[in-house]
Amino acid sequence: MELKSRIPSGPIEQRWERHRFEMKLVNPANKRKYNIIVVGSGLAGASASASLAELGYNVKCFCFQDSPRRAHSIAAQGGINAAKNYQNDGDSIYRLFYDTVKGGDFRARESNVYRLAQISLNIIDQCVAQGVPFAREYGGTLTNRSFGGAQVSRTFYARGQTGQQLLLGAYQALLRQVGAGNVKMFSRTEMLDLIVIDGKARGIVTRNLITGKIDLHLADAVVLGTGGYGNVFYLSTNAKGSNCTAIWRAYKRGAAFGNPCFTQIHPTCIPVTGDYQSKLTLMSESLRNDGRIWVPKKRGDTRPPHQIPEEERDYYLERKYPSFGNLVPRDVASRNAKAVCDEGRGVGSELGVYLDFADAIRRWGKQSIRERYGNLFDMYERIAGENPYEVPMRIYPAIHYTMGGLWVDYNLMTTIPGLYAIGEANFSDHGANRLGASALMQGLADGYFILPYTIGDYLASTKLETVDASHSAVRDAETGVARQTNRLLEIRGKRTAASFHRELGRLLWDECGMSRNKPGLKKALQRIPELREEFWKNVNVLGSGEELNQALENAGRVADFLEFGGLMCLDALHRNESCGGHFREEHQTPDGEALRDDTHFSYVAAWEYAGPGKAPALNKEPLIFEYVHPAQRSYK
Amino acid sequence: MKLTLHIWRQKNPNHVGRMVLYEHNKVNRHMSFLEMLDVLNEELIAKGEDPIAFDHDCREGICGSCGFMINGVAHGPQRGTTVCQLHMRHFKDGDVLYLEPWRARAFPVVKDLVVDRSAFDRIITSGGFISVPTGNAPDGNAIPVPKRNADLAMDAATCIGCGACVAACPNAAAALFTGAKITHLGLLPQGQPERYQRVLNLVVQVKQELFGSCTNIGECEAVCPKEIKLEVIARMNRDYLRASWTRRGDALRNEE
Ligand SMILES: Cc1cc2nc3c(=O)[nH]c(=O)nc-3n(C[C@H](O)[C@H](O)[C@H](O)COP(=O)(O)OP(=O)(O)OC[C@H]3O[C@@H](n4cnc5c(N)ncnc54)[C@H](O)[C@@H]3O)c2cc1C
Ligand code: FES
Repeated sequence: MELKSRIPSGPIEQRWERHRFEMKLVNPANKRKYNIIVVGSGLAGASASASLAELGYNVKCFCFQDSPRRAHSIAAQGGINAAKNYQNDGDSIYRLFYDTVKGGDFRARESNVYRLAQISLNIIDQCVAQGVPFAREYGGTLTNRSFGGAQVSRTFYARGQTGQQLLLGAYQALLRQVGAGNVKMFSRTEMLDLIVIDGKARGIVTRNLITGKIDLHLADAVVLGTGGYGNVFYLSTNAKGSNCTAIWRAYKRGAAFGNPCFTQIHPTCIPVTGDYQSKLTLMSESLRNDGRIWVPKKRGDTRPPHQIPEEERDYYLERKYPSFGNLVPRDVASRNAKAVCDEGRGVGSELGVYLDFADAIRRWGKQSIRERYGNLFDMYERIAGENPYEVPMRIYPAIHYTMGGLWVDYNLMTTIPGLYAIGEANFSDHGANRLGASALMQGLADGYFILPYTIGDYLASTKLETVDASHSAVRDAETGVARQTNRLLEIRGKRTAASFHRELGRLLWDECGMSRNKPGLKKALQRIPELREEFWKNVNVLGSGEELNQALENAGRVADFLEFGGLMCLDALHRNESCGGHFREEHQTPDGEALRDDTHFSYVAAWEYAGPGKAPALNKEPLIFEYVHPAQRSYK
Repeated sequence: MKLTLHIWRQKNPNHVGRMVLYEHNKVNRHMSFLEMLDVLNEELIAKGEDPIAFDHDCREGICGSCGFMINGVAHGPQRGTTVCQLHMRHFKDGDVLYLEPWRARAFPVVKDLVVDRSAFDRIITSGGFISVPTGNAPDGNAIPVPKRNADLAMDAATCIGCGACVAACPNAAAALFTGAKITHLGLLPQGQPERYQRVLNLVVQVKQELFGSCTNIGECEAVCPKEIKLEVIARMNRDYLRASWTRRGDALRNEE
């Protein structure tokens, strides 16, 4: 497989501009004649559907929730970055570009990241015009905060509900186009396969989740904005329904999968309390601005926190990283929390560390802390049943985001012509580690401002034969989906899909989570196929396929996770270096920091499906750094 | 702890539903309400019985997917909390709970505790937006917005569209939901050009969806997980009245 990245040449500041000029345009009168399928109604899918429809294309948009407004993007809390420099603190497009490339530990494409930083300005303008109620100063201008250790204040936010407000903006734009008849919305509809004809993406097979009906949708191009695969770990901060089915089926139809092992762990989540736990809840990173992280110095110290005197506490981040302290990047904070818990110094159910606000409350007063974090403290109390104004919070890292995804070129097209991937579903801009408040930016950049141009270039320059439902590839995909559904229903074994999912998640968390090593990954690679085999013999899915059957939906998703987990471990095993969220224990500096190997691994790993039971092929896209020169990250 | 649960089971919209009794004795006080149901469902599956269907996704109180009545109260006893965020420590050993789906003509039952809330999407489709195609926006700071207005708009915009307001209302009215959107957009300068047309369009759509009329009872405010205030209904009514006069022609045309 040849990976054509289609990165324009010339000075980086002018690349996107020039590229836009060089792309072919579809005649406005002809746009109506093109049908585009968008799977997903999150920030990426909703913004893309609305913008494509405004241009005049015929759009069909799909989501599995009962309304497009409920896509997982709704849960994002902290904010969205943009290089507006409204605070006059020295921010610029170049600085956002620089921070993102460095934060991604030099595993992202420079040209994409630069374009993202440029477009960040337009995103804020568009969202404000739609009525997104961003936080404001008394003078009426937009306000910003600094986020995730950034040295400038470039994060725009709407209380702790930024994702909700941005998504509602995009959702309203989408429904405006539904009302105008330019978009047909299919809620409670799940894509279960991709239709590829003559090497081009030409449609999808879906299941109506209410009636169980399997349907075909043919089109001239297909866009996947189906989100990340963090739920492969079972417990994550993602919504329960988030899954990898759409991108996994696309992979099996020939789309290369980029850097599947690049997953992000968020350091501040509420710890697990029991086996019944169904998901993990994020506590915004902003808490680290005022909270101090510590554990007891002694192992197995079970005294309640207020009985542990100051000199018997270990503020380990402040001790190890005097200049960044509690504000070190996500991956560093997470690994250190795991390390102290592995030493037996964890608190609560042993997998937790304290995030203590006592000093901040003493210094600023309870009222001031309430103003800053009131809603987060309330949420913590609702879930943990403890009052964080009185007792320190207990936190622990959790899977939060996946940088890997379908490989895409500069136009966001996958290796299957006519198939695009946008938002968290693609691998593109965050390298090996994503900075806070950059996912919302990327999803909206892709959907509002990049895809609407690049898809036109493809349509205008490609000859697309008319296809109909009688084509053998279409029949094939349709029967494949029906067969899988029936198979799942016929097994009637002894274990629920959820129990397989929990077991897979536990295995991946142990062997392919916060830190990874060769023997562990090999063990996982051996165990996963066994688990998969047992699943197909022993899973128990009741009911029928012709009704709302949530257990069946879930079983299909778990089946795909059981396949995908293997690819993730394979990628982690092959990447014999540590970078960003991928920490290989064999590759660390003497004081335990990630050790990159730029000589051998400065590339994107794009895995190509080779057929059932065959090892996937590895393709490499070399990464070239012309502007930001690779250096070891240091937060000491 | 142990619970006695009476849960509404209904196979599909065409079947008649009924309450079914379940004794649940694996309840842990740290579980969320939905985790308690997950555990029950795993047991049902093990026994070969159809698990209970309920909508959920984020389990963080923000997507608006979850929601049913617990002992006649939408989202259960804790104020300002969706059922996914409600924890079992608020219940006692031996409690008897009745779980029922949202009841409203505009929200037909799909299965068990799942209802069809697509009427809400159609209300927004009828005009719950600001018409600004991508690329048309001026600089974000070009139009200052008084902080107070931005804050009040945010209070209204925080609606998660769960439908608890409709379920709690004896008239099954959608006034809190609709008022929240009208208030959010109507308080912002960007929302002014379409302000009066918007309220006319939305109110007509609400009627077409067979929601009831608001008679200012206030049950909606009491159960709203985002604590949206009745004030949004007053703002909607005021805008509607004004629109009915200044745009009489449009209003009449819309009524038809
Ligand atoms: C708790 C939390 C907080 C976060 N906070 C921030 C933050 O402050 N700032 C930031 O920048 N980022 C944040 N993120 C990350 C960010 O929210 C996500 O990366 C981003 O929203 C993903 O958007 P998306 O459009 O790509 O996908 P999603 O929003 O996940 O949407 C996926 C869509 O695809 C649909 N779909 C999926 N599969 C199928 C299928 N097979 N068939 C049909 N439809 C399908 C779904 O229905 C849904 O509509 C946060 C993430 C989490 C979990
Ligand atoms: S599941 Fe999202 S609000 Fe309850």
